[in-house]
Amino acid sequence: MAEKEVLLKVEDLYKHFPIHKGLFSGSHEKVHAVDGISFEIYKGETLGLVGESGCGKSTTGRTILQLYRPTSGSVFFEGEDLAKLKGEALRKKRRYVQMIFQDPYASLNPRMTVGQIIGEPMEIHNTYKGAEQLKRVEELLELVGLNPAFINRYPHEFSGGQRQRIGVARALALQPKLIVCDEPISALDVSIQAQVVNLLEDLQEELGLTYLFIAHDLSMVRHISDRVAVMYLGVIVELADRNELYATPIHPYTKALLSAVPFPDPFIEETRKRIILEGDVPSPVNPPSGCRFRTRCQYAKEICAEEKPEFREVLPGHFAACHFSDELK
Amino acid sequence: MSDLLQVKGLETQFRTREGSVHAVNGVSFNLKEGETLGIVGESGCGKTVSMMSLLGLIPMPPGKVVAGEALFEGKDLLKLSNEELRHIRGAKISVVFQDPMTSFNPVLTIGKQTAEPYQIHRNAGKEEAYERAVKYLEMVGIPNAKERLNDYPHQFSGGMRQRVMIAMGLICEPQILIADEPTTALDVTIQAQIIELMKRLRDELGMAIIWITHDLGIIAGLAHRVNVMYGGYIVETAPVKSLYKEPQHPYTLGLLGSLPRMDEMSYRRLVSIDGLPPTLLEKPTYCPFEPRCKYAVEKCRHSNPQLSQVEGEDHYAACWVNPKTGKEY
Repeated sequence: MAEKEVLLKVEDLYKHFPIHKGLFSGSHEKVHAVDGISFEIYKGETLGLVGESGCGKSTTGRTILQLYRPTSGSVFFEGEDLAKLKGEALRKKRRYVQMIFQDPYASLNPRMTVGQIIGEPMEIHNTYKGAEQLKRVEELLELVGLNPAFINRYPHEFSGGQRQRIGVARALALQPKLIVCDEPISALDVSIQAQVVNLLEDLQEELGLTYLFIAHDLSMVRHISDRVAVMYLGVIVELADRNELYATPIHPYTKALLSAVPFPDPFIEETRKRIILEGDVPSPVNPPSGCRFRTRCQYAKEICAEEKPEFREVLPGHFAACHFSDELK
Repeated sequence: MSDLLQVKGLETQFRTREGSVHAVNGVSFNLKEGETLGIVGESGCGKTVSMMSLLGLIPMPPGKVVAGEALFEGKDLLKLSNEELRHIRGAKISVVFQDPMTSFNPVLTIGKQTAEPYQIHRNAGKEEAYERAVKYLEMVGIPNAKERLNDYPHQFSGGMRQRVMIAMGLICEPQILIADEPTTALDVTIQAQIIELMKRLRDELGMAIIWITHDLGIIAGLAHRVNVMYGGYIVETAPVKSLYKEPQHPYTLGLLGSLPRMDEMSYRRLVSIDGLPPTLLEKPTYCPFEPRCKYAVEKCRHSNPQLSQVEGEDHYAACWVNPKTGKEY
């Protein structure tokens, strides 16, 4: 990444979900799933997005694709705000932003053959038809490491790892520029995870793809990402170059999160000191005032309850949202 | 220390429409007093089925324990009647299940469910049992345990529920606690809490733990000894340090190679294990890992290797080939 060309720019993105308690109750409570996040993804890079369940990372991915329309904020893709696009104009843009879903057992239609599944996007966007489409599907199958002869089989005839490959092929069908990978490997066994990750890496190199890689597995995110963003309760608390983030995290949450990951090495584990966070993640319906993390933070002071910490560049290219960033860096 | 549990030649099968599935094909191991034994393997390798077979917890039919013995306190667990097993389960050997969301009865209070094993196995009155429940709930870190006795499972978070489950497993002070992926459904910071808790309880109460997991990271810092399972067999067993330092079976090597590590500063392509795990519709007559093994030689296709001593004291692997030299032993 010598020259950094911004492919996607997310600005002050909010997504709130209203809670419907009953037909006539008219509740005004909402889940603050994504609560004001901004970041950029450069062309050709992989941005990792990590966080625990319920932190809003998948909602972020879906809101970028406009599968959820944002409550407010902008998603600029190649300079155009997807959040303002509608109908046909949005559909045309979506071609270039595709998604790989988490659960390969739920994201493929069981009544469609592999050929139909991968061919459907081409059908919708009128790119390839008939014999040409067939040829293209076969090419894609080969590209993701499946036998093109499987074109007429149904999803249930494949294993989890193979299904995820079909999902990858479908995402590639329209030659996208950005792929949002929403926990693409967490439903797979360890030895199969490596197969899919290697495939994603090969495809990126071959086709010049850009990835937003959403996951909760911190070691895998470190492996595949160039830069990593950490989310907590709807906000990004830290974003930095991958090596820097893992070696010298600034935000207390990132520190705790990294120290919680077990190492596959008994010699290191023997002497490792853990930061054990107390308690659970607060509810996103009534998130804590000021800093979201203050209820579990060992450094929390009065200011953390009163003021929302600014997400700012503490070191070059290293952003964090903490009042004590300068002391903790 | 003396052996608490001796399992010899355990075989379990399930009858399905496609034929008998040979889930466990002759598993033998010993568990010492106070020892923590890790059992690692991917889904379908037989790790859970082998443990549940010991306690008579697999549904019969379609499941059936066809061979083997499991000596515990001089008795063969596999020959005991259901009634006799009931006096062991929950009292002397207890289980913590994987999913804290579905393993509770939603209509009974936490207090009743936690106290129940003590009431049944120790013939205690309600008051005494509830008192003891409070003691154990406090021990596992439930705040205000006494007030929370009358709460229902849905009022607890996932991490808290798993703590309650552990309290329930410990209330009769068992000699063996079988933990079946107790942290798989939890977030990484909560997982760290539970692992620290289990280590502390183990040291305080001195029980033996069998920890079933697919995550080589978790047990690195927890287990004394590790059994690696594949295709219904134990393919490698060794003291934890020896296993991670000098893995001998190609499958263990593959598993460790497919894990990204957070302390790697330079990029390393993940070693994936090609192919898929066996379906086990027939009992393997040759090495079950042979189709995926890059070290395989002619002999592997004809004859199934048994566990034999390889590296140092107490380190056994079931493989014809020494992966270090690439030649047969």
